[in-house]
Amino acid sequence: MLGLPANLAYAGVLVFVLVGSLWLEVVLRTHVFARLPRLLLVLAVVIWPFLLWDAYAIHEGHWWFDTDRILGVYLPGDIPLDELLFFLVIPIASILTLEAVRSVRGWPVGDGADEEVLEQVNQS
Amino acid sequence: MTYTQIALLAVPLMVLVDLFVLRTRLVTRKAFWVSYAIIVFFQLITNGMFTGFGIVQYDGDAIIGSASPETGPPAMFGDGRIAFAPVEDLLFGFALILFSLSLWVFFGRLGISRRPIAGPPIWRSRTRTSD
Repeated sequence: MLGLPANLAYAGVLVFVLVGSLWLEVVLRTHVFARLPRLLLVLAVVIWPFLLWDAYAIHEGHWWFDTDRILGVYLPGDIPLDELLFFLVIPIASILTLEAVRSVRGWPVGDGADEEVLEQVNQS
Repeated sequence: MTYTQIALLAVPLMVLVDLFVLRTRLVTRKAFWVSYAIIVFFQLITNGMFTGFGIVQYDGDAIIGSASPETGPPAMFGDGRIAFAPVEDLLFGFALILFSLSLWVFFGRLGISRRPIAGPPIWRSRTRTSD
């Protein structure tokens, strides 16, 4: 596909997700990457239950991966590296989406900045 | 346990985490549900790529639908699948998204990188914010 190695298929889908969401940081000024400590903390926590779930599901044979379409690097628990990247990319895209909605609408989320966000939306 | 069973447990578990552990109450907020609606639309596209191209395949004993075929894509709709992906993936995705966003709000409420706040979009003035 597209002349790229087949092993990049899974990673290519993740690139699609990033292309579809990273522009929000620039155009809607979501400032998610400007709040890097907070983002890194989220990522450091969120991956664990899903890596455990993934390892269990792989062990039980609930799902498996086409070895021709993944990077071929594995974590403990036979988890493809691609899966870890998934558990990083999807939270980032989700947070970008939430902050994009806040940027435009100013709806509260309860993070202690709701009034500031609403004020900014009302001013502009 | 099957994928179906774990997925059906994961959703209420993450709702409980949102409501009572992190106490972010995102499931009560419009901002969350509008964001989720946007995310789930794109999830169907990306999941469709993962499963339609056979990058990820599933055991018929673990899901509501039948196993991913040896060759060719699975059913696009029906047989327990939505856009090629098992319906269980929607529950998996919801749990992942809710936990991610709940943690994001939680750490912000703790005062970690609460600023700079989101916005304004580039098409809106940012010169009037200091009025």
